[in-house]
Amino acid sequence: MTTAAKPQRRGVGWLKEEFGNPERRTAYIMVLPVFVIVLAVAFYPVADAIWLSLHGGTPTITGSFVGVQNYVNMFENPDFQSGLVNTIIFTVASVTIELVVGMAIALAINRSFRGRGLVRAAVLIPWAFPTVISATMWRLMFQDQVGVISYVAHALGLVSHPILSDQTLLMIACVIVDAWKTTPFMALLLLAGLQTIPGDVYEAARVDGANAIQRFIRITLPLLKPTMLVALLFRILDAYRVFDLFWVLGGQQLESLSTFVYQSVRVSQLQFPEGNAAAVFIFISALLIALFFIKVLGMQTSTEE
Amino acid sequence: MSSTSTTVPKRKRGGTLRLNMVLFYLFVTLFVLVSVAPLLWVFKMSIVTKTELFASPPTFLPQHTTGSHWHTIFANRDFLLALRNSVIIAGITTIICLFFGSIAAYAIARLRFRFKSTVLTFILAVAFFPQVAIIAPLFKQFSDIGLINTYWAAIIADTVFALPLTVWLLVAFFKELPKDLEEAARVDGATTLQAFRKVIVPLAAPGVFTAAILTFIQAWGDYLFALTFLFTSSTQPVTVVIPNFAGIHTIDYGAQAAAAVVVTVPLVILVLIFQRRIVSGLTAGAVKG
Repeated sequence: MTTAAKPQRRGVGWLKEEFGNPERRTAYIMVLPVFVIVLAVAFYPVADAIWLSLHGGTPTITGSFVGVQNYVNMFENPDFQSGLVNTIIFTVASVTIELVVGMAIALAINRSFRGRGLVRAAVLIPWAFPTVISATMWRLMFQDQVGVISYVAHALGLVSHPILSDQTLLMIACVIVDAWKTTPFMALLLLAGLQTIPGDVYEAARVDGANAIQRFIRITLPLLKPTMLVALLFRILDAYRVFDLFWVLGGQQLESLSTFVYQSVRVSQLQFPEGNAAAVFIFISALLIALFFIKVLGMQTSTEE
Repeated sequence: MSSTSTTVPKRKRGGTLRLNMVLFYLFVTLFVLVSVAPLLWVFKMSIVTKTELFASPPTFLPQHTTGSHWHTIFANRDFLLALRNSVIIAGITTIICLFFGSIAAYAIARLRFRFKSTVLTFILAVAFFPQVAIIAPLFKQFSDIGLINTYWAAIIADTVFALPLTVWLLVAFFKELPKDLEEAARVDGATTLQAFRKVIVPLAAPGVFTAAILTFIQAWGDYLFALTFLFTSSTQPVTVVIPNFAGIHTIDYGAQAAAAVVVTVPLVILVLIFQRRIVSGLTAGAVKG
């Protein structure tokens, strides 16, 4: 809070002070449109989803109050279970790969060299692609008849049957495509963080006889922690809500939490209340992940001074 | 870009240094190749004949080229409509985000008021919302007011998810602008809004432009909202059309490849021209921590 330093509140006097001041009034008018849009189109629908998840019914008619029954049904639903397991596997695998490889790349290119601008531009290309278009492109390459990756994988004896009809291979494919798309982004964020670390810190450590690994663990990692936490939280929440990759690359055969919700509330609509329960489940678990980063790991969120 | 000289020791002998450089450039080349290879390969798929497309083993360089796949997509009315729809949806989303976003960001960056961090937290929290969590309620509400299957359904949903990025970037940019200029304007009798419009907006043009590119790229990439709210070829954007391209029964791989290239090339050009700005925009928030 910006006003925490204020000595005391005098009843509703602060209200008068706050809105009587022309500069502050202007400030409220300026933030109002965005605040209203965000409340109406994001927060209100979430509240509505919670309400829907506690009732029976169909997309058009809301049924009677059923308490947490939809959540019980949801947890017992095998599609939800596989969606949850797949989402966790996908999130852990892809974010781990992206962090490790991204860090290696960031450390490698943290110097001035010829063609630096070209490298930066090239690594932005996968990031700029719409996820669903990358999914489509990679599906062409994983495809059994025309796919180059499929051909190479068969030729090398890595796979024995079509990639796009095997759950495990599809999961690996999704992780590969996600890592391809976002490792460069991770590397860019980490590189920007590395460049804020002053060089003389390393020089001093070198003089004191610290080797490269010691310097990395004792200097780079602690100083890079804020950047890493921000990048990790963004990536984890992004991977956790994965939809496009599973839906398009996975050809709707691979369940994620988001595809379960979409399938339930939009496509078949047979399990509309359970779908809403799952929507709320994703929302609350994503919120808990964010709170874990902020409270437990001490991530800084405010852009205030 | 200040402290880049940390890891280039001069005391090593020439031979080791040269080997290091060779390995370094090999690594960088591999990294760049992996990044752009899928685009190059899909482009190749879009220009070879059907026979070559299905050839086994695949040819790595195109042997028998044809323009037929490209002709297919540019003769396809639905694809052209989808391109137009994407431009309209992403364009209007960007304009709305920049208009309201820059006004709000200015107040957050420059003016004093209670609840500032609350307001900012509310806006930024939306970046963490799973889109899928709100599609059912939004669908109901959009149906009630007749927005389903209109551009506005996608634009409104895209706007609310792009706003956190826009506001975040613009707050960072506005904070970096020198304060004395607008103070001078205020001394000369300008109101807060006039100072914002006449002094800040022109000065912040590069930052606003960067925010525009990033917002546009995000809106251009939306799939879930468009898939949920738009059903006909008159409103669906390319992200929805391309995965099912060329019919439900048979997928025309060559045409699909050409369509994917068409949609990504404008982005590649944007990225190549504005890479410096995009990188500084993307890293603006994260690095300050």
